[in-house]
Amino acid sequence: MSIRERLSGNEAAAIAMKQINPDVVAAFPITPSTEIPQYFSTFVSNGQVDTEFVAVESEHSAMSACIGAQSAGARAMTATSANGLSLMWEMIYIASSLRLPIVMSLVNRAVSGPLNIHNDHSDAMGVRDAGWIMLFSENNQEAYDNLLMAHRIAEHKDVLLPLMVCQDGFITSHSIENIELLEDDKVKQFVGKYKPEHYLLNDKEPIAVGPLDLQAYLFEHKYQQAEAMRNAKKVILEVSKDFEKLTGRKYSFFEEYKMDDAELVVVCMNSTAGTTKAVVDDLRNKGVKAGLLKIRVFRPFPAEEVANALSNAKAIAVLDKADSLNGVGGALFEDVVSGMYVNNKNVPIVNYVYGIGGRDTTTKEISSVYSDLQKIVDTGNIDNPYRYLGLRK
Amino acid sequence: MAYNLKEIIADKPSRLKSGHRMCAGCGAPIVARMVLRALKNEDHAVIANATGCMEVSTFIYPYSAWSDSYIHTAFECAGATLSGAEAAYRSMKKQGKLPKDVDTKFIAFGGDGGTYDIGLQSLSGAMERGHDMVYVCYDNGAYMNTGIQRSSATPHFADTTTTPAGTVIPGKMQVRKDLTEIMVGHHIPYVAQTVPINNFKDLYEKSEKAIYTEGPAFLNVLAPCPRGWGYPTEDLLQINKLAVETCYWPLYEVVNGKYKINYKPAKKLPVEEFLRPQRRFKHMFKPGNEWMIEAFQKETDERWEALLKLEEITNKEEEK
Repeated sequence: MSIRERLSGNEAAAIAMKQINPDVVAAFPITPSTEIPQYFSTFVSNGQVDTEFVAVESEHSAMSACIGAQSAGARAMTATSANGLSLMWEMIYIASSLRLPIVMSLVNRAVSGPLNIHNDHSDAMGVRDAGWIMLFSENNQEAYDNLLMAHRIAEHKDVLLPLMVCQDGFITSHSIENIELLEDDKVKQFVGKYKPEHYLLNDKEPIAVGPLDLQAYLFEHKYQQAEAMRNAKKVILEVSKDFEKLTGRKYSFFEEYKMDDAELVVVCMNSTAGTTKAVVDDLRNKGVKAGLLKIRVFRPFPAEEVANALSNAKAIAVLDKADSLNGVGGALFEDVVSGMYVNNKNVPIVNYVYGIGGRDTTTKEISSVYSDLQKIVDTGNIDNPYRYLGLRK
Repeated sequence: MAYNLKEIIADKPSRLKSGHRMCAGCGAPIVARMVLRALKNEDHAVIANATGCMEVSTFIYPYSAWSDSYIHTAFECAGATLSGAEAAYRSMKKQGKLPKDVDTKFIAFGGDGGTYDIGLQSLSGAMERGHDMVYVCYDNGAYMNTGIQRSSATPHFADTTTTPAGTVIPGKMQVRKDLTEIMVGHHIPYVAQTVPINNFKDLYEKSEKAIYTEGPAFLNVLAPCPRGWGYPTEDLLQINKLAVETCYWPLYEVVNGKYKINYKPAKKLPVEEFLRPQRRFKHMFKPGNEWMIEAFQKETDERWEALLKLEEITNKEEEK
């Protein structure tokens, strides 16, 4: 029997970490993820985990220590947000190039500047090409579930990549909602033991990690990382299937909400999907064929599957909670568009940048997106595909 | 057992193997070999390395010159990286995930760039947190790997590629940061300053103490660079000796806060003896630049006097 609880997203992440019981956690406080290492420290102080908690002096050192620990043969975890992730940036790339299945809880927040502590996805988008598997979570339950699946995916021999589980700062991290937890022993059994093939602490087989890697080899090593990322797709589905057997909760690359006959479709990630579901329900009651495609797996990006899922729509709006400042559109929009194009799916598609710096996104605003899509269907005109939602002008 | 270099070399094969690409006449590989010889043969070691000359010359894929486990991540985080490995060791040992009968020691090597400057925060954090590790700075007094740019360890007036001795500005106009004292300020169990001279006795013994003292330890080791300093490669050990005999680089250690100067020259040599053989100080010997040598001597004297006082103060018997 699962355990019914009421927890915030941060509490859910911390409890997942407690149940995973990693060997090392190295973290530095930053709003809104601070509570995760804070709760976890209590578990350490009270002897509820076997973990060594390394209270580092910066996020750069947090990721460096995780790399050191994971290379040494340990399971290492961390949590951060926004500028913390920015400070880690150099080490984020090194972690993935060393093929270390470090798991991070990323509580999404706007990256400075100017300084803002509230939610958007600019932190995650800044590392989208760093070689980390990136899972997004609509609510506390998904943040918890994704963390429980994380190690099975990241540590798989065909993958061996670090993984981050994203959830929306404050909106999810600090809101208390109902949640179903698994029993400790079930988590332990599901996650399994970490058995690295090569590690620093194996005195029988000393290894060297992190070479100078010149023209003759770096290209092939980068190709191997790309291969691992491609391999991750299959593994993510396998692990999700096992998780469904255990919990009854179904996960895939994305969630299709009322998509069967949907004509007007919104694509988004994290908590906005919850808001959008309420709008879809409302529109369906009014006879509008509205649907939602909620991306869970952003890296590796399931381009072909997304294109297929969207192929029967009449108009699509991709919502980006980070502006790419590239004059073209947000990152999710670009990925969806290129996925559609290379898979020969030609559906009118527009982009909305929304919710920057924690700006509330209401059901009314999401409704207006569906109205806009209806207009595109009716007129056949897109005009400007690079749009803003909730921006004061 | 009395120190015997021949016996040590016979009993303890070098853990840094030949074939690496460090320059002839470089002080750094000598330091690394001697520090690692202080390990007991039966002990395993995890070595972390900051990006720098030592790293790019000893681990060029697919070759490694290190016979122990070794990790390099980036320039500024050897301290943090090794602290993670050490935390993993404590955690896994406690949980019975590692063999009981194998001891692993943790040693980081960083140049002055990776230690005095970009890596200072990471080092400070690792030391303050009390990890059982040794951080060894091989101080060659500039960013030698990128081509002799000044660091905060670069001595006063030195000619570097970012402090060139010009017609208006005669080299580096700032004095050298005293990192050893900064590390003493961390109140860790063992801090020492040394350089390979006299059969490497001082370096070996300090390395042994640093490695086998529980908790964090820091060694600051002078490691001349023939390219950056401008001396004939065969003169390396002579340069080391002059650094000590002029009291430019005093040999001392601080054990639980108590200073001990390990060598006091009977007759302190003028600092120009250390400066003259080096191309980076050549401009100081031009007519009209005598003031620079005087200023360098004054600074050296003041630091030496301060060190003598610290030794006296910290060793004073408590009055009853």
